[in-house]
Amino acid sequence: MQTSCPSCDAEINFEKDMEPGEIIECPECGLELEIISMDPPKVQEAPEEEEDWGE
Amino acid sequence: MRKSRKPAASLFPPQSRNMINLKIGVLCSLIRKDEKLLFESLRGRGLSFDKIDDRTLTLWLNGKPFPGYDCILERCLNHSRALHTLKVLNSQGIPTVNNYAVAWVCGDKLLTTNALVRNNVPTPRVAIAYTPESALEAIEELGYPVVMKPAVGSWGRLIARVNDSASAEALLEHKQVLGSYHHSVYYIQEYIEKPGRDIRSFVIGDKVVAAIYRTSRHWITNTARGAVTSSCPVTEEIETLSLQAARAVGGGIVAVDILEGPTGLLVNEVNYTMEFKNSVHVTGVPIHDTIVDYFLQVARGEIDWKPKQTGVGAP
Repeated sequence: MQTSCPSCDAEINFEKDMEPGEIIECPECGLELEIISMDPPKVQEAPEEEEDWGE
Repeated sequence: MRKSRKPAASLFPPQSRNMINLKIGVLCSLIRKDEKLLFESLRGRGLSFDKIDDRTLTLWLNGKPFPGYDCILERCLNHSRALHTLKVLNSQGIPTVNNYAVAWVCGDKLLTTNALVRNNVPTPRVAIAYTPESALEAIEELGYPVVMKPAVGSWGRLIARVNDSASAEALLEHKQVLGSYHHSVYYIQEYIEKPGRDIRSFVIGDKVVAAIYRTSRHWITNTARGAVTSSCPVTEEIETLSLQAARAVGGGIVAVDILEGPTGLLVNEVNYTMEFKNSVHVTGVPIHDTIVDYFLQVARGEIDWKPKQTGVGAP
């Protein structure tokens, strides 16, 4: 299964153990992407870091 | 001589009783390597769970209770969402790991330091001030350098070492003009000279399961800022201090940041949604499994999840 990077259009290959919500990196442009669907494979640009993100 | 110990792989042996029938969930949003390890640990035991995405939540405070759960593991990225969701869930009697009170104390550095001080846990001196003028007075009294931090924040963001009065004045002016409202609460901490590293210990219930050194050439030693991790022996001193700190903030699952100061170990901060992905390999301890072991014990009712009296007015 594969889709494309919304920024640079590079091919993004989905592995079996990935899941919705997971953050992956575009292999071409390095953009952080969030998996929003496994079937069909869809990604979107990951949300920007917010001020209260953390541990 | 300090004693070094390596904990056993499974400190909380799971029991099969009612395991399959447990109704459990993980409160999260984005899935990082940490959450994936936790999911793997749950699925590896044949357990199903609900992923509760905080971005899709609507919480009703009256009239429409949240569905019943034996326990929910909190893994939010946003402190504010974690805090408020835990409050609603706990108010409706739903057990969570951690509970609201632990999130409340650990999510605010002022409250954390206060809890540590009130429970006689060694920690750097801290002053709080609300205006640039009173902050400057406090800084002068503490003596340069000092560290200024937002009371709410993580990953080493917006932390500043203030070396002299000129930089103090500039920083305070910037905070006053450019900062959001909570940057007007000035958290001013004594600067502790440390040996190019700090220590992070992982406390799960009443056990310190592992510890790491976080080493960096930069004075900020967060891994989010590029610090390198290596295994740290859990000495008796680290174990005792870590458990004291964990108890001070209400227990549960916490990561304790420790400074090796000239006069001994000091607890710097305590984190309630700890990240551990960089620590599993270097310590050889499956921290995710020990978290899940503890979580399942709470879900089975074997560990009391409710807020404990810490002497700091837990809500």
